[in-house]
Amino acid sequence: MTRQTLARPVLERLRRWYRLAAQTAHLMVGLPDYATYVEHRRRHHPGEPVMSREAFFRACQMRRYSPAAGRGMGCC
Amino acid sequence: MATTDEPVQRSPVHWSIWALVCIAGAAAFAIVALSRGETVNAVWLVVAAVCSYLIAYRFYSRFIANRVLRVDPARDTPAVRRNDALDYVPTNKYVLFGHHFAAIAGAGPLVGPVLAAQMGYLPSTLWIIAGVVFAGAVQDFIILFLSTRRDGRSLGDMIKSEMGAVPGVIALFGVLAIMVILLAVLALIVVKALADSPWGTFTVFATIPIAMLMGVYGRFVRAHRIGEMSVIGFVLLMAAIVLGQSVSRSPILAPMFTFSGESLALMLIAYGFIASVLPVWLLLAPRDYLSTFLKLGTIIGLAIGIVIVMPDLKMPAVSRFVDGTGPVFAGSLFPFLFITIACGAVSGFHALIASGTTPKMIENESQIRFIGYGAMLMESFVAIMALIAACVIEPGAYFAMNSPPAVIGSTAADAAARISSWGFVITPEALTQLAHDVGEKTVLSRTGGAPTLAVGMAHILSNILGGSALMAFWYHFAILFEALFILTTVDAGTRVARFMIQDLLGTFVPAMRETRSWPANLVATTLAVGAWGYFLYQGVVDPLGGINTLWPLFGISNQMLAAIALILATVILFKMKRQAYAWVTIVPTAWLVVCTLTAGWQKVFHETPAIGFIAQANRFSDALAQGKILAPARSLTDMHRVIFANYLDAALCAVFMAIVVAMIVSGVIAVRRAMATPTVSTHEVGYDTTDLGTARA
Repeated sequence: MTRQTLARPVLERLRRWYRLAAQTAHLMVGLPDYATYVEHRRRHHPGEPVMSREAFFRACQMRRYSPAAGRGMGCC
Repeated sequence: MATTDEPVQRSPVHWSIWALVCIAGAAAFAIVALSRGETVNAVWLVVAAVCSYLIAYRFYSRFIANRVLRVDPARDTPAVRRNDALDYVPTNKYVLFGHHFAAIAGAGPLVGPVLAAQMGYLPSTLWIIAGVVFAGAVQDFIILFLSTRRDGRSLGDMIKSEMGAVPGVIALFGVLAIMVILLAVLALIVVKALADSPWGTFTVFATIPIAMLMGVYGRFVRAHRIGEMSVIGFVLLMAAIVLGQSVSRSPILAPMFTFSGESLALMLIAYGFIASVLPVWLLLAPRDYLSTFLKLGTIIGLAIGIVIVMPDLKMPAVSRFVDGTGPVFAGSLFPFLFITIACGAVSGFHALIASGTTPKMIENESQIRFIGYGAMLMESFVAIMALIAACVIEPGAYFAMNSPPAVIGSTAADAAARISSWGFVITPEALTQLAHDVGEKTVLSRTGGAPTLAVGMAHILSNILGGSALMAFWYHFAILFEALFILTTVDAGTRVARFMIQDLLGTFVPAMRETRSWPANLVATTLAVGAWGYFLYQGVVDPLGGINTLWPLFGISNQMLAAIALILATVILFKMKRQAYAWVTIVPTAWLVVCTLTAGWQKVFHETPAIGFIAQANRFSDALAQGKILAPARSLTDMHRVIFANYLDAALCAVFMAIVVAMIVSGVIAVRRAMATPTVSTHEVGYDTTDLGTARA
């Protein structure tokens, strides 16, 4: 890592931590990262439809509580 | 990072740090175990636990990863091979750790240690630490590894493919039974905490409209803003707690929110039925967000609180109740302590989680150790904190809260006299004062663990913030926090049980399997709610207070499931030709089998009515034959109902034991078959040599 100023790496690190914390909080309630999803669709399925943020959210919510997918509850 | 077999030269500094950790841990254990007469500070429990976890993680889990499982960082995980950015997503290991921990942490590790505290803090501490290191974390780690190597397949699927169709069905049946008992006992905890408590009842009722408001907001106002939804919900929840105090003091409103245990049980049953057919976005999902974040925040808060306040443990190290005569749960230290503390030491339920969503998101095999073994160590730490919370309150108050009325009577004077006669001196005034401090009319017989934990947490947290003025707030905050995620589990668990019932019945009546058909759904939901509802209601009217009956049943079933998971792990180790290391799973399996079978046997056949179901049924039958009615039964019908319930509990216990025995037999058969096969005979996915191995076998 190049250190041009002292503040930049610190700021970058904080931003990265915030992003990881937000991802953790979302995944804890069953929501994977949307940006990762968009990037994945763009790279591996170019030209195919990409779910909007709302549709992605709804799809993940349905999956999390679908007992048919072997999901539905946390632990005792 | 890479966990390979290459010998790495470690500096002397490295080893001296580990030597220090060992010495600190040993010193803490010595203080905890050997001090007699003087009080022990809770921090020593924390130090002993954390040092044990560090050593176990650094050495034992590493040994399992490198030698037993031979984790291979070069091998693609399902998340990499099948990456779809939805189910299969390579995920940062810290993010995934959070996901996995949130999924395994629930009410279990908070309740079990509180109940087990009646035997003193020492036996529970030792079992929580030894159990997690050698059984619980090993199970979670290995099942997560096995599922990752099999495309993230579920426990039931793996049992079916590795051990055969019959063991698969038996295990599935076991999972359904454990689910029913789990839901009943969790619902009972809520009922016991809310009975005759207008403050608690109001706040818990308020969570329903609050969650629905969040749901509507997240659906129609600001879609997918989980953060915003949760903040709104949290603020409203806190407002509900504050408002609850006014409700409990109002002569008009308080009676509207004051219910008996029986009515609360019926309401919960109705709630379970309605909630499980509502769309998930309306109630289940938003409350899940709230309870997940609140749970995590509370756990962190409690940890900080214990470290800052450094409370003394008031409970003796080993109490007189190790002999099995305790009022909280009956039965002697072996086997019942090991059944009472399931989650936190070893929990079969985690095998379902470790073969659920987590294996589909593992980025690299080398991270399985951190997520599987590590998250379980963290869960164990939560259990240690719950134990501390139960042991920092006056033992007299602890026993007043956790003993059924049949033992201590129903007035403060009776309870104080009775409990003081056991050697835990307490005055009636102290009990009344405690009730007043936490904003309740009485704290007597608030069994189920949640209120005790709430008093302990209030004791610790009010020392940091608010003092005695906020004691009542913290108490109701703790009750709300537990009720919140228990209700989430009741709702989600009913859906899962309904699905399993539909699947099971679908084998005989294909129409039942149609999940979109309303009649099929209705029948299955009724059966699911009826099953746990029956046990819940019986628990509420149980002569010994319900928890005494249901918690051991839950413990036995949960340890049974853990034994099943570890039997599967053993079978696969033999199939992988790693039998030289199979003791890693055989030792905990043997211990769990001995515990569950002994406990099961005693619950069925023990001659003491408080322990044995049949003895209890006989006690009521004999009284009935003489025309007498025993409390709490009020009529001959009640008497018949108690007798039937005890026979049913005995039968259920026998079924659990039969399942354990059947799984051992299947395990032995599978192991013998694996030993007779000269090559690797297990079915892994996504690696050439294994496919070769299967082909040759």
